[in-house]
Amino acid sequence: MSTPTVVKYEEALTRYEPVLGLETHIELGTASKMFCGCPTTFGGEPNTQVCPVCLGLPGSLPVTNRAAIEGIIKIGLALDCDIVEWCRFARKNYFYPDMPKDYQISQYDEPLCVDGHLDVEVEGETYRIEIERVHMEEDTGKSSHVGTTGRIQGAEYSLVDYNRAGIPLVEIVTKPIPATGDKAPLVARAYATELRELVRAVGVSDVRMEEGSMRCDVNVSLMPRGASEWGTRTETKNVNSLRSVERSVRSEIERQAAVLDAGGKVTQETRHFHEDTGTTTSGRSKEEAQDYRYFPEPDLVPMAPSREWVEELRATLPELPAARRRRVQQEWSLSDLELRDVVNAGAVDLIDSTIAAGADARSARKWWMNELSRQATEQGVDLASLPITPEQVARVQAMVAAGELNDKLAKKVFDGVLAGEGTPDEVVAARGLKVVSDDGALAAIIDQVIADNADVADKVRGGKVAAAGALVGAVMKASRGQADAGRARALILEKLGVS
Amino acid sequence: MSAITRDEVAHLARLSRLALGEDELDHLAAQLDQIISAVARVQEVTAEDIPPTSHALPLTNVYRADEVRPSLTPEQALSGAPAAEEQRFRVPRILDEEA
Amino acid sequence: MGELVRKSAAELGALIASGETSAVEVAQAHLDRVRAVDGEVGAFLHVDAETVLAQARAVDERRAGGETLGPLAGVPIAHKDVFTTTDMPTTAGSKILEGWRPPYDATVTRRLREAGLVILGKTNMDEFAMGSSTENSAYHVTRNPWDLSRIPGGSSGGSSAAVAAYEAPLSTGTDTGGSIRQPASVTGIVGTKPTYGGSSRYGVIAFASSLDTPGPFARNVLDAALLHETFSGHDRMDSTSIDQPVPPIVEAARRADVNGLRVGVVKEFAGDGYQAGVLNRFNEAVELLESLGAKVVEVACPSFTYALPAYYLIAPSEASSNLARFDAMRYGLRVGDDGTRSAEEVMALTRAQGFGPEVKRRIMLGTYALSSGYYDAYYGKAQQVRTLISRDFERAYEQVDVLISPTTPTTAFPIGERADDPMAMYLADLCTIPSNLTGNAAISVPAGLADEDGLPVGLQIMAPVLGDDRVYRVGAAVEKALEDRWGGPLLAKAPELAEVAK
Repeated sequence: MSTPTVVKYEEALTRYEPVLGLETHIELGTASKMFCGCPTTFGGEPNTQVCPVCLGLPGSLPVTNRAAIEGIIKIGLALDCDIVEWCRFARKNYFYPDMPKDYQISQYDEPLCVDGHLDVEVEGETYRIEIERVHMEEDTGKSSHVGTTGRIQGAEYSLVDYNRAGIPLVEIVTKPIPATGDKAPLVARAYATELRELVRAVGVSDVRMEEGSMRCDVNVSLMPRGASEWGTRTETKNVNSLRSVERSVRSEIERQAAVLDAGGKVTQETRHFHEDTGTTTSGRSKEEAQDYRYFPEPDLVPMAPSREWVEELRATLPELPAARRRRVQQEWSLSDLELRDVVNAGAVDLIDSTIAAGADARSARKWWMNELSRQATEQGVDLASLPITPEQVARVQAMVAAGELNDKLAKKVFDGVLAGEGTPDEVVAARGLKVVSDDGALAAIIDQVIADNADVADKVRGGKVAAAGALVGAVMKASRGQADAGRARALILEKLGVS
Repeated sequence: MSAITRDEVAHLARLSRLALGEDELDHLAAQLDQIISAVARVQEVTAEDIPPTSHALPLTNVYRADEVRPSLTPEQALSGAPAAEEQRFRVPRILDEEA
Repeated sequence: MGELVRKSAAELGALIASGETSAVEVAQAHLDRVRAVDGEVGAFLHVDAETVLAQARAVDERRAGGETLGPLAGVPIAHKDVFTTTDMPTTAGSKILEGWRPPYDATVTRRLREAGLVILGKTNMDEFAMGSSTENSAYHVTRNPWDLSRIPGGSSGGSSAAVAAYEAPLSTGTDTGGSIRQPASVTGIVGTKPTYGGSSRYGVIAFASSLDTPGPFARNVLDAALLHETFSGHDRMDSTSIDQPVPPIVEAARRADVNGLRVGVVKEFAGDGYQAGVLNRFNEAVELLESLGAKVVEVACPSFTYALPAYYLIAPSEASSNLARFDAMRYGLRVGDDGTRSAEEVMALTRAQGFGPEVKRRIMLGTYALSSGYYDAYYGKAQQVRTLISRDFERAYEQVDVLISPTTPTTAFPIGERADDPMAMYLADLCTIPSNLTGNAAISVPAGLADEDGLPVGLQIMAPVLGDDRVYRVGAAVEKALEDRWGGPLLAKAPELAEVAK
């Protein structure tokens, strides 16, 4: 009898409780590398951004980039960590061809930032993710594998480019995350998403996951429901999209549940996630456990960030995503559900900027969340990628407020701007979009509409004021949308003697 | 009693990426045993409250400004390479993502 | 032997500056001397006459162009093969780097060039500076000019031999546990270990990063100070470099007086294992200092007896990591890359073949000391010893201005005697190691010849961090008084080397 290799997710969760842990690496957006002056720009020709230091040439020595340390301290502060008063870099020793010195300059038992937290929300529930540490290290070079498969397995040889070697890398390590139940994959994803937003807001990295500037190592273990002792964990390395973070947790839960159901033991190991299948496979099983032989980096002196420096950096922190969300919820009078929709649509910044450009909160949210969200969905792009600025949206709304445009015309202006026809004012002029506000012209249209709809007009005269809506609609149609619907309604009621 | 076993010496050789022959391992095992026994004298320092010293001088906070400096040319970077291809260092096949 | 090669560096600098001779002429004289004696001495790994003469011509042209140059412009120097040089191979005495041409100059190299010194070539050394005899060079042995059957000290043995054999008036070295002072001592010349961080390590192929210190060799104290001043000082490429002015060492070397100075004799550095002739010369030096007006007291530094074992944990630990990069991937030797072997296998084969026995021993020892389960008992304890030694020094320097001891317990030993006895070899650094562990300044100056073998004995003078001027001041005073007594430098007593006919 063969045992199943996976258990259905929902079924697995009836018997097991997952415990998560995430180690996230984020490349900082400094101009130069962590320990040398080579540029960090992405996509350069191979081995054009290297020097004796980042190539690990004999005799070369590292010197720490101050901006990188400022960056990690800002991240630590944003995560509400303590910034330690004294710490050292350490060498993590292991041999690997893409690591020029065959040790990585990292931090071991003296991380720069400790004991923080990040709150994330999943389906209306808040999960507090405790942050154990945030430390500084350096990135490695990049190997491409030459052979029939193009992958590391079965390659004949490899080619190494060290342009990425020595890019400043911040590692953010959570404490174990228990009690997420069947939400575990979503919590993992929400954490990675929130962390990305936080780091972007702090302004120390663009966090482009597609360029590998943020990677997650995802730890998962299962314990039987009701048990108190955690199971053996696996570490899925280098998961490089938010969706993959979620999928890798899900797939590991399914796989580990099958192992445990069959009476087996989960092996403590590193695993690799495959985008195509959505599953993980085992890394090479080691003959012997890794022994990194950490010791204090003698080429770099200890860091002792002064309290003054830390406070200066704290003062530069912008409003963080969570605080901003709290503020906008209150200022814009949003329900929890409405706020979640705005956040999920990635519209907080856009609406906030539109308000800053003069629009009222309700209108700003209405345009971005309705008309523009629809356009974005149709085009299959992010809201932020639409070719329209918050200032332009605010301008359109200003014309609506002034009675120059109505909502229907406003949508036509958006169509024009998104089609590249120019600014809102240019589109209005070019398309001749203008509310008919001349009562004389409007009165003529109304007279015609009343004549054409005598039965409806009679109902209104008889006291059925609600029926006036049909007449207003007819006026709008006859004016090709350029009439001011409110003004038309008032004139109709006046003419029919019911005002 | 010896301070270090032959198996431990073989393990150290693997950790150190040294493909040592049997004779060399035997010879080294004897010498390392002698050396380790001698340097173990540091363990006579038993006071726990002595802070460790990792650096010769008590310097702290040495940083450089985040300024780009000229890199090597690819020709210079690759000048010592045992093998190169497509402006990259050519290396033998790599066994796993992390050795 | 020509007259020019007997001159001191300061004299040569002055002769060139005055136009009485040229840098080219001086360089040629030294090239001739190298050709005549280095077949026997073996001080150099690499000498290329054309490169040397081109440098000398450039100095003469700079001078002719009206440029004001320093006191050592045009003076030849032998450069330890541990410093990177763009125009000469750099091997650190190892097969694993055979033929490597670095794409960058070490800071010390750059400063030598800027000051107009003419780099004669690269000198032999124990592989990766690990050793006290230069027998661990992967290329050849270097012989002591005083007795060609004996070692020139190490690891900077090529540099000490070159200066002692009049192949160069100056040379560079690096001192990790005594690698400048011990070779200076056994070849009868002057060698200084500056304060750690006083001279840049950028471009120095690392042995033990927290201990390595570049420093000068010369035939007299003033020359050593001039060279020391030329290449030292803050370097922003080295994070451990001290951002303060270099102490006034040249002035101190010229002052050469010890009147009223408090001198401490390290009590622990005498007794078993010390050659009688070494102790005799040392005791005479103590009396000499007193006669010159110094106040000499005995000082106890009990933790110094743990310095050697601590050093042989700390240095190999750092070395095991520093030498990891020699992995056959980016530069240097590659062995066994036949298309079937993995990178991992090629690394291990290359390292097994490319490193010599002492380097492998130390890598293994360091790997052991850092490995899980042993770290606290070995590396951790060694770091505590380091603290205790600092405290001993601090207490001592409350009482005295400088400490003195023999530089090394014996005179030059015969080549081969300790080659496969690591523990015996390690004893050569017994007195020099404490200064490395604490970053202090120290110098070795000639103290005379041992009665039993007629070989040079060195006097070590130690001072606190940034007390480099003190060691020069005392060293110069001792040198002056002894040369008065001897009627000339100690090196004048060395036997003439047979010159090979041109």
